[in-house]
Amino acid sequence: MTRDATGNATISRRRILLAAVGMVASVISDLLPRPVDASPREAKKHLAELTGGAPAKKGRVTVTLPKITDQAAWVPITIAVESPMTEDDHVTAVHILAERNTVPQVATYYLGPANGKAEISTRIRVKKSQIIIAAAVMSDGSIFVGKARSKIVSGTGGCG
Amino acid sequence: MPKKPHVRVPKIARKGEVVPIKTKIDHPMETGWRKGKDGTPVPRNRINRFVCAFNGEEVFKSDFDAGVAADPYLAFFVKVEESGAFEFTWVEDEGRTFTRSASILVT
Repeated sequence: MTRDATGNATISRRRILLAAVGMVASVISDLLPRPVDASPREAKKHLAELTGGAPAKKGRVTVTLPKITDQAAWVPITIAVESPMTEDDHVTAVHILAERNTVPQVATYYLGPANGKAEISTRIRVKKSQIIIAAAVMSDGSIFVGKARSKIVSGTGGCG
Repeated sequence: MPKKPHVRVPKIARKGEVVPIKTKIDHPMETGWRKGKDGTPVPRNRINRFVCAFNGEEVFKSDFDAGVAADPYLAFFVKVEESGAFEFTWVEDEGRTFTRSASILVT
């Protein structure tokens, strides 16, 4: 800020322009680096990429999640696939997808007849209340999908 | 630096039994999106691969993505036909690997 001959404060045009540019830049930088959440459509696309576009059937996959939790960074999940796990008929891979996470793909597990039982337990990050998809790829190439929903609540409390 | 990974394998099993195996490694699993206290992003550093081998033969394998929680815990099953040793390997983004082994007696 400068003072002119009459003593009044003036702001030069250059200063205003610089301030405006700075504001726009800060708004853009606020918007840009923030990771954008995925959408269910994106998750579906991802699943098609992972499975090679084979049609997914419902059933045989059971996903167990807590119905409601306040520990979003630490959600226990169990995936059980009905399969005899023999040399001829077994699960080859299990994909986990979280529809509304920043990146929908959570993890992929590769199994075989040596496992004897297709059941996996782990802990995943769930960004917000959403549906978690588990897709099992069988040895004959068919794909079975199971889903479960988990509600994420913020803040703890004993009441209600 | 993560501590020694935790592994739980039964000591004794019958032939052909399906045994539960539990593993956990202490690791922050940084996604690279989180900002630190000074406002700069924390560099990405996470475990991206886990392999379990029994007597040198790979029996279970996993690829981890951003959605896996910190201190990745993993439980699965393996059918054992003979005595031997399990070899667990975790691979980090930076190329570091962590290994742990456990033996089982099959009667």
